[in-house]
Amino acid sequence: MSDTATHTADHDDHHDTPKGIMRWLTTTNHKDIGTLYLLFALLMFFVGGSMALIIRLELFQPGLQYVNPEFFNQMTTMHALIMIFGAVMPAFVGLANWMIPLQIGAPDMALPRMNNFSFWILPFAFTLLLSTLFMPGGGPAGGWTLYPPLVQQTGDALPFVILAIHLMGISSIMGAINVIVTIMNMRAPGMTLLKMPLFVWTWLITAYLLIAVMPVLAGAVTMLLTDQFFGTTFFHAAGGGDPVMFQHIFWFFGHPEVYIMILPAFGIVSEIIPTFARKPLFGYDAMVYATASIAFLSFIVWAHHMFTVGMPLAGQLFFMFATMLIAVPTGVKVFNWTATMWRGAMTFETPMLFALAFLFLFTIGGFSGLMLSIVPADYQYHDSYFVVAHFHYVLVPGSVFAIMAGVYYWLPKWTGHMYDETLGKIHFWLSVIGVNVTFFPQHFLGLAGMPRRIPDYATQFTNFNMMSSIGAFIFGLSQLMFVYIIFKTIRGGAKASAEVWESPTGLEWTVPSPAPHHTFDEAPQVK
Amino acid sequence: MRKQTRSRPGIAAALASMAAIFMPALARANDWALNMPIGVTDISAEVYRLHMLILWICVVIGIVVFGAMLYAIVNHRKSRGVVPAKFSHSTRVEIIWTVIPVLILIGMALPATETLVKMEDTSGSDMTIKVTGYQWLWEYDYLDEDIRFFSRLDAESDRARQLGSGIDPFTVENYLLEVDNRMVVPVDAKVRLLLTAGDVIHAWWIPDFAVKKDAIPGFINEVWFQANEIGVYRGQCAELCGRDHAFMPIVVDVRSQEDYQAWLAEQRGDVADRPVAAAEL
Repeated sequence: MSDTATHTADHDDHHDTPKGIMRWLTTTNHKDIGTLYLLFALLMFFVGGSMALIIRLELFQPGLQYVNPEFFNQMTTMHALIMIFGAVMPAFVGLANWMIPLQIGAPDMALPRMNNFSFWILPFAFTLLLSTLFMPGGGPAGGWTLYPPLVQQTGDALPFVILAIHLMGISSIMGAINVIVTIMNMRAPGMTLLKMPLFVWTWLITAYLLIAVMPVLAGAVTMLLTDQFFGTTFFHAAGGGDPVMFQHIFWFFGHPEVYIMILPAFGIVSEIIPTFARKPLFGYDAMVYATASIAFLSFIVWAHHMFTVGMPLAGQLFFMFATMLIAVPTGVKVFNWTATMWRGAMTFETPMLFALAFLFLFTIGGFSGLMLSIVPADYQYHDSYFVVAHFHYVLVPGSVFAIMAGVYYWLPKWTGHMYDETLGKIHFWLSVIGVNVTFFPQHFLGLAGMPRRIPDYATQFTNFNMMSSIGAFIFGLSQLMFVYIIFKTIRGGAKASAEVWESPTGLEWTVPSPAPHHTFDEAPQVK
Repeated sequence: MRKQTRSRPGIAAALASMAAIFMPALARANDWALNMPIGVTDISAEVYRLHMLILWICVVIGIVVFGAMLYAIVNHRKSRGVVPAKFSHSTRVEIIWTVIPVLILIGMALPATETLVKMEDTSGSDMTIKVTGYQWLWEYDYLDEDIRFFSRLDAESDRARQLGSGIDPFTVENYLLEVDNRMVVPVDAKVRLLLTAGDVIHAWWIPDFAVKKDAIPGFINEVWFQANEIGVYRGQCAELCGRDHAFMPIVVDVRSQEDYQAWLAEQRGDVADRPVAAAEL
């Protein structure tokens, strides 16, 4: 600790490590790798976002104006794959890399070379995935859920998509192993499991989910591959196979995947709200148990994604009740965050604003989720724009806002500079307005009967689609501000103190800002 | 789903100015449908009531929770000079807000289960139609009547929906929601549908019947509906099925028993001329 404290020097003070591009290619430093992950996620956020804007442009008015339906389907499919595997998940892994060692008082991640490898797989995976757009037959167009038999109609792209998914899975599994090994073995003396910051806790549970389900996805896509090229008939009805089995396997991965994308967000918000409410997190133990309950329940609710597939009554009832149960631990979390704010002394810097928007808007997504769990009503909502509204509420003002909150919260620690608060607040308000104008009207569209994944619609859906498209462009373009603010902060700005905020808790605030290249060479003592 | 009869020139110009952007909205102020249709079957009305029940429960919970958050945001802020409290848990409160949601959930699960049981009961049907989804049309096979035909997007919509067709969708009546051959059923009859597919997975959805079920190759799914009102009801394929997923609507024409019988007779005549409508494929 004393050693690192004297290392307040430049950010690029790192002994005999190579300079320039080689530094980034060969780095085994958790902070460098965290930065790489975050920048990669930001790039993919814009690639996936551009696809969303193509979708919203075509849906601005009825009729086909800009793209043909096949390309539209490629856009919806790729938008989802890129946002899930390229933007949200790597952003969380980037935050984990940066913050978990700092929060548990470890000098680095436990497996630094594997850490490097798990990042550098990703650029190849996504180059491969994006290259399919230029192949004969175009990119994948069967939806990110890859349901057979439709996905078997993909052109040359299919094996490349499957290989890309395998690479992403390998990267995620290695990242998850690294997180678990680091947390289990490298906590500072005195930091028992129930003293860990909530971000560490949620990531620990997320990592277990990743290890449990990424191989399931790998199995599912491998079966697609052998069905396509090696004459198996796992999912071909004509060969005695079962297309519905794919959906069960896929969603056994897919539902925990949903929580993989939200649990670390819970962790981030649980760090930020106490700091800006100047009050300890309410019900820490309950928060941990609620996170674990949500993770457990995520394994027994998968079929609520497929209520219309034709399951026996008993099966539908089981999945309905199990799904409804998730509302209980999720409710506990929302109540605990509210109780943390209660009788605190709040201030509203940009991270807190994003965390509060998360709290309100994620709860709206939770409500629509509860509605979706009611099977008879789900028959109406299923595969309509209501579902699109629901999962975008939990993913955009849910996961993405939490990531942005985390970036604003820790950016001074990473760069040593304060971000521009005024610009941050403008970015926040444009984002929160854009998100709601985009996604709230989609609830109405779905209830009125508009199916999802369509490039053209009946004329009575025009008004809300126009509104939604305008909101999407407000949201999309305002993210350019986010990039500007980040790079402005990296280049300079007011000096940040070690604590950055007013008496925040956590070991990350005991090291100087910017955090030196090597921290906690000597483990700190946790009381 | 309401009819579109009003025409409006130059939609492409809508991009040019804000005024033009909101033209369609102003021209058809009644197209702001916000909610699920109550529909025309007992089940769809029940589903609607269930939907509204959960919605209102969520609204009430939302008012309480968001109210508490907003109260804290307004009053418990540093700029008001408050000293932060120190409490960090309360077992009693935590038990209360775990138990109350469980009770609310039970209150939702009971009516939901009751409705679901009814929806799944396909027994005692008056007639059965086998529905097969293909890329990108539907086939209706009246099993007891020896009537079988294909149903696809009507020609006018099909012309207008082509990329760069130059045809304003607002000039097409029931744009994308009209077919060449409608499914015809009698009013007040329990109609059982057997759903399957010939290529990829499709889904048969009529919002006014609260019926949505996947049509899966190699599987036969069962659903039923009993329409209480004569009329034409429209829906669309609800499972992504490839390029023209948006362009395989479903239209059900519910007629009086006499009109239905007349339609049957007419179809049988037709069928004699054209054994099956396969020529249309």
